Amino acid sequence: MDSFRDKLVPVTSILAGVVVLWYVFAVILNAPFQRDLDSRANETPGAVEFIGKTLAQPKPTLPAPHQVAVNFFENTFLRPITSSRSLVYNAWVTLSSTLLGFAFGTALGIIIAVGIVHVATLDRSLMPWIIASQTIPILAVAPMIIVVLAAIGITGLIPKAMISTYLSFFPVTVGMVKGLRSPEIMHLDLMHTYNASASQTFWKLRVPASVPFLFTSMKVAVAASLVGAIVGELPTGAVAGIGAKLLAGAYYSQSIDIWSALVAGSIVAALLVMVVGIAGRIVDRAMGGRPA
Amino acid sequence: MTGISPAVVAASKLGLTFQTNDGPVQALSNVDLTIGKGEFVSFIGPSGCGKTTLLRVIADLEKPTSGTISVNGMTAEQARGKRAYGYVFQAAALFPWRTIERNVALPLEIMGLSKAEQAERIKRTLDLVNLSGFEKKYPWQLSGGMQQRASIARALAFDADLLLMDEPFGALDEIVRDHLNEQLLELWGRTNKTICFVTHSIPEAVYLSTRIVVMSPRPGRVSDVIESTLPKERPLDIRETPEFLAIAARVRDGLRAGHSYDD
Repeated sequence: MDSFRDKLVPVTSILAGVVVLWYVFAVILNAPFQRDLDSRANETPGAVEFIGKTLAQPKPTLPAPHQVAVNFFENTFLRPITSSRSLVYNAWVTLSSTLLGFAFGTALGIIIAVGIVHVATLDRSLMPWIIASQTIPILAVAPMIIVVLAAIGITGLIPKAMISTYLSFFPVTVGMVKGLRSPEIMHLDLMHTYNASASQTFWKLRVPASVPFLFTSMKVAVAASLVGAIVGELPTGAVAGIGAKLLAGAYYSQSIDIWSALVAGSIVAALLVMVVGIAGRIVDRAMGGRPA
Repeated sequence: MTGISPAVVAASKLGLTFQTNDGPVQALSNVDLTIGKGEFVSFIGPSGCGKTTLLRVIADLEKPTSGTISVNGMTAEQARGKRAYGYVFQAAALFPWRTIERNVALPLEIMGLSKAEQAERIKRTLDLVNLSGFEKKYPWQLSGGMQQRASIARALAFDADLLLMDEPFGALDEIVRDHLNEQLLELWGRTNKTICFVTHSIPEAVYLSTRIVVMSPRPGRVSDVIESTLPKERPLDIRETPEFLAIAARVRDGLRAGHSYDD
């Protein structure tokens, strides 16, 4: 836990700095609208009162941290989780398609990587396309995927999960190609002296050697997966999910709702990355990893 | 060739030329060599003399470009297919995710031996290299010398009659090296295996071998073969006897004659 304590001080000081900056900008950005309101109401508040008002607008340009915190708390803990306004409910909707897409993406990424490592033609033909696939803006592709799949009767979870898959397979492919190629020449020579078959070399050497690479790339993939799920909710007119909350907040200028949905998304992302990290550490320990 | 074949390794007019970006490099040229059963043969020479390459050709890790090589009366490739040899690399090359016993089990798994047979062989070979009690340890928990002993156990585990060792103790300090040399001799005496041993240490070569093959570079070739007159029983202090020193001097002369000290 020493490393935790070592990190605590720098991380909290950065956080405090961010909060202070956030308040400063909230005042600056909300000030013009507040001045407008005040002049129409013929009020001339003092400086302290004016600042207090800029931080308490119902639809601020930039909500103050405490407004977001209160909104987040109310929508997370005070609402029944079955309510469509509950952040827990909305986060769960997004999380389910994230996890499904992540599972597909990881599986697809591994399969492609195995193909690339073992088939020379795939190595030369597939890699450029895979890289090109990630240069296409996902915001442009997502509506098409949703619309095309809806046309053939697939709606709901699967189209969103496919966008997550699209984003998450790439880091896994790249990581696993590297991982499967990571064994040293000496280890490969050793397998050669045993006259080991290609599948024996694969299962006994390449796969275990690639495990650390898999978990590193899965951390990137799971975060990308969440982004995919949120993006997938935007064009569907989805009624639930963090993406739907963001969209609804934008329609009705509910900036506080947008920000608290963003906070919910970040927390889900952090938890997902943490879970993958812990799983990676457990596997590493089980495979005889040296305790750090 | 399927009948009685006294030679474990037989090389004739063996040559190997690597094609590199700077043009062809002759790693081996015109090597003639016969190694009989139960011999302990050391290959000594400066870097670039082809001693490791020769060992790799015997192991079918490199293909010769001219001449012939036979191992146990077969081609090197057939011999590798029959798992005719155990190979010990310069580094222990243990799999970090396997315990010591699972590392020794690796070749046995690949050969498809039963669990019971595997367990019996693991126990026997770990006993042989004095690593009993370390079965469940991971490689990083062992010292360099112990790791190299584990890799020797792994090479012994599948009971090949031929052991190919490529500077196995090169990365270890002298105290550990002396100790392992003694243990290796004892093991060789007990098992009657044929050992091919690459080294760049003159005392190590003289101490261990029944025959010393002196090699020299550009092109890699055999420049001298020295029969050892030392008895099979060799305590460490045999290295101070005049007989030992005389052989060492001959090896040094052989290296000099091959212009190995030139640059």
